Amino acid sequence: MNTVKLTINGKQYEIEKGTFVLKACSDIGIDIPTMCHDERLVPSGSCRLCQVEVEGWGKLHTACTTQVKEGMVIHTHSEKVVKARQDLLDMLISNHPLDCLTCESAGACKLQDLCYEYGITEGTYRWEMSKPYYDDTNPFYTFDASKCILCGLCVRVCDELQGTNAIGFENRGFETLVATPFGEGLENSTCVSCGNCVSVCPVGALEPRSKMKFRQWEIETTRTTCSYCGVGCQMDLKTKNNRVVGVEPAFDAHNEGLLCVKGKFSYNFLSHPDRLTMPLVRKDGVLVETTWDEAYNVITSKMKQTKEDFGSDSFAGLTSARCTNEDNYMFQKMFRSTLGTNNVDHCARL
Amino acid sequence: MEFKFDKEENKEQIVAFMEFLDSKKNTPGPLMPSLQRAQDVFGFLPKEMLETISKELSIPMAEIYGVATFYSQFSFVPTGKNKVSVCLGTACYVKGAQSILEEIESQLGIESGETTVDEVFSIAAARCVGDCSIAPVILVNEDVYAKVKKEDITEILAKYN
Amino acid sequence: MITKEKLFEIKEKTKPSLVEKLLEGDRVEFRGDDLVLKGEYYKKQVRIALKNCDIIDPTDIDEYIAFDGYFALLKALTEQEPGDVVAEITESLLRGRGGAGFPTGRKWNEAYKFDADKKYIICNADEGDPGAFMDRSILEKDPHSVLEGMAIGGYAIGSDQGYIYVRAEYPMAVKRLEIAIKQAKEYGLLGNNIFGTGFNFDIELRLGSGAFVCGEGTALMESIEGRRGMPRPKLYRTAHKGLWGKPTIINNVETLANVPAIMNKGAKWFRSIGTEESPGTKVFALVGKVENAGLVEVPMGMTLREIVFDIGGGAQDGKEYKAVQTGGPSGGCIPADLIDTPVDFESLGKIWSIMGSGGMVVMDENTCMVDIAKFFLDFSVDESCGKCVPCREGTKRMHEILDRITKGEGVEGDIERLENLSKTVSSTSLCGLGQTAPNPVITTIKYYRHEYEAHIKDKSCPAKSCKALIKYEITDDCIGCTRCAKVCPVVAITGKVKEKHLIDQAICIKCGACYDVCPVDAISII
Repeated sequence: MNTVKLTINGKQYEIEKGTFVLKACSDIGIDIPTMCHDERLVPSGSCRLCQVEVEGWGKLHTACTTQVKEGMVIHTHSEKVVKARQDLLDMLISNHPLDCLTCESAGACKLQDLCYEYGITEGTYRWEMSKPYYDDTNPFYTFDASKCILCGLCVRVCDELQGTNAIGFENRGFETLVATPFGEGLENSTCVSCGNCVSVCPVGALEPRSKMKFRQWEIETTRTTCSYCGVGCQMDLKTKNNRVVGVEPAFDAHNEGLLCVKGKFSYNFLSHPDRLTMPLVRKDGVLVETTWDEAYNVITSKMKQTKEDFGSDSFAGLTSARCTNEDNYMFQKMFRSTLGTNNVDHCARL
Repeated sequence: MEFKFDKEENKEQIVAFMEFLDSKKNTPGPLMPSLQRAQDVFGFLPKEMLETISKELSIPMAEIYGVATFYSQFSFVPTGKNKVSVCLGTACYVKGAQSILEEIESQLGIESGETTVDEVFSIAAARCVGDCSIAPVILVNEDVYAKVKKEDITEILAKYN
Repeated sequence: MITKEKLFEIKEKTKPSLVEKLLEGDRVEFRGDDLVLKGEYYKKQVRIALKNCDIIDPTDIDEYIAFDGYFALLKALTEQEPGDVVAEITESLLRGRGGAGFPTGRKWNEAYKFDADKKYIICNADEGDPGAFMDRSILEKDPHSVLEGMAIGGYAIGSDQGYIYVRAEYPMAVKRLEIAIKQAKEYGLLGNNIFGTGFNFDIELRLGSGAFVCGEGTALMESIEGRRGMPRPKLYRTAHKGLWGKPTIINNVETLANVPAIMNKGAKWFRSIGTEESPGTKVFALVGKVENAGLVEVPMGMTLREIVFDIGGGAQDGKEYKAVQTGGPSGGCIPADLIDTPVDFESLGKIWSIMGSGGMVVMDENTCMVDIAKFFLDFSVDESCGKCVPCREGTKRMHEILDRITKGEGVEGDIERLENLSKTVSSTSLCGLGQTAPNPVITTIKYYRHEYEAHIKDKSCPAKSCKALIKYEITDDCIGCTRCAKVCPVVAITGKVKEKHLIDQAICIKCGACYDVCPVDAISII
């Protein structure tokens, strides 16, 4: 392996050539703050919070865009660096509403966490604020520009990973805004509601709509596999009182932090009162709850009877994209060899 | 304000513009020259033409919109043939410039920063133009009108119609 | 295809009659072998980049050829290897004239050494500093010198495609360039197989659309590629991965205009002009409150005094000279007591200013330094691309503080707040625009702190320029002509005919109309 030797915060390390300082530090357990970086995206270097001091290199350098070099001496939390981060956070919070008490993202907000860590209170420069803009046209999530810190993650995820390009930047300088073309709203854009922008928003600008009120620290998370299709995306269900209140994509799985609209937002049926949780069997014209054993017995006996009375081709089977390949294979196998018909199809083919 | 872009009236220009887009299809970096051409030909960037550019050059609309709003020379609203500037500097303001602006807005049926549908007038509020001694002042293109009264507006605008 | 013989033929055919015609016009004279503009203003100037400006007809390629135009390209293509050209430019120590002063030869060498199937050379003609028009003049008055410089650069680094990125606000420059490119193509000086050497080089014009930040190299490339002009983080060197990911060289107009002269006369000659570390000349746009405004090209190392007083004639209207601002919104104000500073990259850097692209704004006693800082910050706020936090949020806050100081609403601690913001914005911004935006504030605080303090503590503007902090009063010289009372838009002036008038300060809006109209200068600003 091609490596370089360097010093970070007084300790010697040997790190693979071409690694960015931010990644190198995170690998060895040094936490450098950043609001705009995402390993999956081209580094943008826009939030400037990850700046570090490199001895002999003059001004500060952003760790997300600087590669490790032989002999580098890096300080990730020197006085100069900490001061710069404090000033940058001061600038950000000065142009941000202080409504953490009612903000859904409180407790899961990077700006809040970093201001806490670096000791920034309400902001020195609470003068002109960015123009308010609120987009609530999407059925699954909302966008509040006043909370947006313009890190650009949503725009870049939509472009680089999702390939939808529904949102972009509008205007420039202090007037810059994340927006859909002509400000016509997400509903009227090419947005597919995948919510991958929502998943990366470090603050409360992009928020999923929720039917239930909850605080971020009240929730439990449970890793599970999305059951909407056979891809098997991993995700963390956020639950409060045993009720799902949100979904976050898993970053350490093959879906690499991405989900689709179904995985991200379609969980309300789980606790819907109409949802079937027990098998039902019709007795004397009325559906009544029963056991799985009884239900299977009813199914098999009726199938046998039907095959005898009307023949194999009286059956037709339709299976679902929500099942795995293995399940689908078994289903068609059952139809072909047990029931003896080729009348079997799959919804994804439609 | 929703601005109507008359495709029928601009038929010839659109054909020429489509030819231009065709010639740019296989060249690197065609977006800026295309937007510049559109701005030049139509006097502003009609939404319909941006959609055409998006389709022809296979560039997402969000990207085009981002570029169009970044550069100050692009505009989504045509400027009228005559530009009415109302000075809102202190001297003019205390002499009633605001009510003069409102009068012009109501007569033309548009607000400051907008253009009339027939593209004859657009209104702009100006910072101090340095003619305080003859306040309140309005400018129509290069012509300066001094000590303007609300009653004068109809007559002044009529000269340019 | 053009040949060596053909080029000589054009020169010999055009030059004698052209020289004769020019001498008849009495605007030019010989200085050694060179034809230069006549007059006191030009005596101390040494013109290399501007040598043809106002002398030849920029729309006639023959006139450019008459004064050795395209002979440098001929020499490079027929007598030198690309490596030799790079070595010659490196040897000349030519430094980028766009502002930063990076050695051109080193830049070229990086791209020359880097192997790639396609390379680009870009001429940065997005001159945007307020008050600067050096590049515009070269483009409008001697466009071929830039084309020739680019072709030589293209040959040196192995590029066959050049782009000129011109700001849209220069329609005449665009027109002249279009004509020049067309003529050069017709002669075969651009295109395929130039001088029969097998070297191909083409140039395409690309226009800006009103974004100052596109003068920054990476933003400029983003713009050519068709995106928002937002600077890229420097993950790679432009000379290795630039436009469309290919090795790219970006040179400023004036830099390129120097190239043919260096190739013709040699690196040694070039280094005999200017200073050891900054050889050659620099073009400045001398503007503001100066007697003789205009373009000046002087050897590096000439003092500000020589430029402002000997050439520029000092402050206008006999007013007291106060400062000069160099480098536009990225530069700083240089106070009168540093007037003997030599103008070169190092010396200006030492006094917190920069050479910049060449804007030189002269200020007199009536210029308020806080107001000047506000003017430049206003510009930077408007032109910030909005990508990075310090430039987007920080310059805005600096402008807000400066604005309230000039309005007499400054509070204790504002100077320190400005200093703190300046430090953060300059040390943490992504690109040059943000990193240098605080310079006008830093230098004015450094040299004119007392003016800031006067605004904040005494609520007064020493230069008597900030409206909110001045008062108009009528002195005993008043003859009672009533003119002031008549022009006052708010009827703040009262008085009888032939008696001294009085301004009611509570009503006065300080528009200055009375001051302008008084026939006996009886109105004073205090």
